[in-house]
Amino acid sequence: MTQPVNSPQFKENARKALDDAYLQKALARSEKGFIERRKAAVEKLPEYDALRDNARDLKDHILAHLDLYLEAYERNVIATGGHVHWAATAEEANEIIFGICQRLNAKAVAKGKSMISEETGLNSYLEARGIRPIETDLGEYIIQLRGETPSHLIAPALHVTKEQIEADFRRAHTELPPERNLDEPTSLLAEARAMLRDKFLNVEVGITGANFLIAETGSSVIVTNEGNGDLTQTLAKAHIVISSIEKVVPTREDAVTFLRLLARTASGTDLSVYTTFSTGARRDGDPDGPLEYHVVLLDNGRSNMLGGKFQEMLRCIRCGACMNHCPVFHAVGGHAYGWVYPGPMGAVLTPSLVGVEQGGQLPNASTFCGRCEEVCPVRIPLPKLMRNWREREFERHLQPAFARYGLGIWAAFAKRPALYRRATSLAMKFLRLFGGKGRLRALPLASGWTRHRDFPSPQGETFQSLWKKRSGPR
Amino acid sequence: MPAAIKKPIRVGLFATCLVDLMRPRIGFATAKLLEDAGCAVEVPAQTCCGQPAFNSGDRKTARELAAQAIEAFEHYDYVVLPSGSCAGQVIVHYPELFAGDAMWEPRARALAAKTFELTAFLSDVLKAMPAARFEGSVTYHDSCSGLRELGIKAQPRKLLAKVEGLSLVEMKDPDVCCGFGGTFCVKYADVSNKIVEKKAANIAASGADTLLAGDLGCLMNMAGKLSREGKQVRVRHIAEVLAGMSDEPAIGEPER
Repeated sequence: MTQPVNSPQFKENARKALDDAYLQKALARSEKGFIERRKAAVEKLPEYDALRDNARDLKDHILAHLDLYLEAYERNVIATGGHVHWAATAEEANEIIFGICQRLNAKAVAKGKSMISEETGLNSYLEARGIRPIETDLGEYIIQLRGETPSHLIAPALHVTKEQIEADFRRAHTELPPERNLDEPTSLLAEARAMLRDKFLNVEVGITGANFLIAETGSSVIVTNEGNGDLTQTLAKAHIVISSIEKVVPTREDAVTFLRLLARTASGTDLSVYTTFSTGARRDGDPDGPLEYHVVLLDNGRSNMLGGKFQEMLRCIRCGACMNHCPVFHAVGGHAYGWVYPGPMGAVLTPSLVGVEQGGQLPNASTFCGRCEEVCPVRIPLPKLMRNWREREFERHLQPAFARYGLGIWAAFAKRPALYRRATSLAMKFLRLFGGKGRLRALPLASGWTRHRDFPSPQGETFQSLWKKRSGPR
Repeated sequence: MPAAIKKPIRVGLFATCLVDLMRPRIGFATAKLLEDAGCAVEVPAQTCCGQPAFNSGDRKTARELAAQAIEAFEHYDYVVLPSGSCAGQVIVHYPELFAGDAMWEPRARALAAKTFELTAFLSDVLKAMPAARFEGSVTYHDSCSGLRELGIKAQPRKLLAKVEGLSLVEMKDPDVCCGFGGTFCVKYADVSNKIVEKKAANIAASGADTLLAGDLGCLMNMAGKLSREGKQVRVRHIAEVLAGMSDEPAIGEPER
């Protein structure tokens, strides 16, 4: 049971998102903050661009030798007393995790933030089997209360306004006095903390994601801003890390290269508030820590991307900068994309993981403004990769017939310059007849344009015919 | 200075389809700017650079149109386009389209090396300073392809600074997409509308009485929105102002 895909309905989703006043308010509030914080952090680091080149090259090296690094990582996890489980599909990953929970008689699991668990649909899988997942990241906690999925990689509740959160807390936390003051964001945070503290102490299993896996030590690394991940993994009997295979890096030093980039690009800080390295289970003499340490390594289509046209996408470190700078994301938010990963990175990754038949709308829904590529910390050429998907669709005749034929007719003229000049010359004169006022308020076949804007009417004659008149026949 | 070289520089003017079809005066403004700077301007038979096909995933058509353009323009000293996005297609994407093709890749690279967007050519190559007058305040939108594929940001502003009587007021987020995106604006009309709505608001809030940019697609999109919203901002291609043609009708105004 993976996360259901709703991406083919992108246009309908977008329409709804544009009409959703709460969402539009939330998007307008968040837009500037991410951009300004990143900019300030990047300007303070003169070697930022060199660091990006370094990170890109390092990722390319890792992806070229992914099998070797994964095997080294596995050896070192086992050597430090942990267990590695390989999952080819989302279903397999869920089964493995459920198996561990069942063996430990877990009735509830504490969860740190994990997009991979969103990809596998882990929460609903566990719930259907009588195990309650408790999200401990504030944003994840909020959307869990609301029965929603994350709309952003690092700010899962980006689409919700503070007023909505207050209403959700009052609805869910009925044991608290109704007259309490929740005006300040800090009071919301304090209340969520208080509600969650007890739950940490009473779960058998803690599940976290991983930002990086370190091959030389067998460690997993997570970054959080609330410290919830630390509690999730240290207080439970078993710590399960769920991660996709491309998160592995060779050494601790390499992990630091990415951490320096990630925090600056994602949240505009030099480092995330908490950066936690976990290696193996509790050893003799350790004051605390889990008794069991498991890593579930998910492929779910990624190995098919290796060596192909979309391999560069596997460099992604999930900072969210591409969506933070995307005009389409700013307009419609993350849920419109219809699956786990929104924004430009989602527009490339979703068709890779769920197929272009299901994800094909997303790489089309881009103006190719290029801002995503400009800010990507590992220099993923996102517009180029989206264009690769459009080519795949075109080859397989998956685009709407209207667009295909429209373009085909245009191309047929454009390939014959003499015919093109005669035909366009006539067409512009014709169009000019209707645009005497300088603009057209409605235009057949272009209602998408004229529904929202006027169409400036053409001057009447084409440049090529006027130029010919100017310079005389040759 | 190149302009002083005895044999004039031969420039092939690639007008772009939108200018050819919709607004020839941008082509004439471009020609005037180049001629004033001492270039000999020619307009060979031309159609489309192939960008719509390329961005729609039709690589075969994109390659055919690129080959056609290479043949039409490769014998000039320089090729100039009054558009950052079409120039980007030639400069960045033609070599990409023919990568590994022994015959066409070198020709694509050679053409790319001598192709320029208009303001970059005037400012960086010719180091020309057109002498024009313009009474009023303008705000400048940085079109995405010119900005991010070709790094055009300073050049138009440098040229505008020399126009007598003109004051430049920067709008908020001049470098954020206007929502045009070629076929995007029709395929995803509602999303495009939301983006251009924000752009129109920023343009109006700048208080400038004229909006300028270097790409007609973006300009038509913004002009159409401003006009639909009843905002009194005139819209022109930067070439028109630099060439001193600002007394002619602006985009979306009736022809006289």
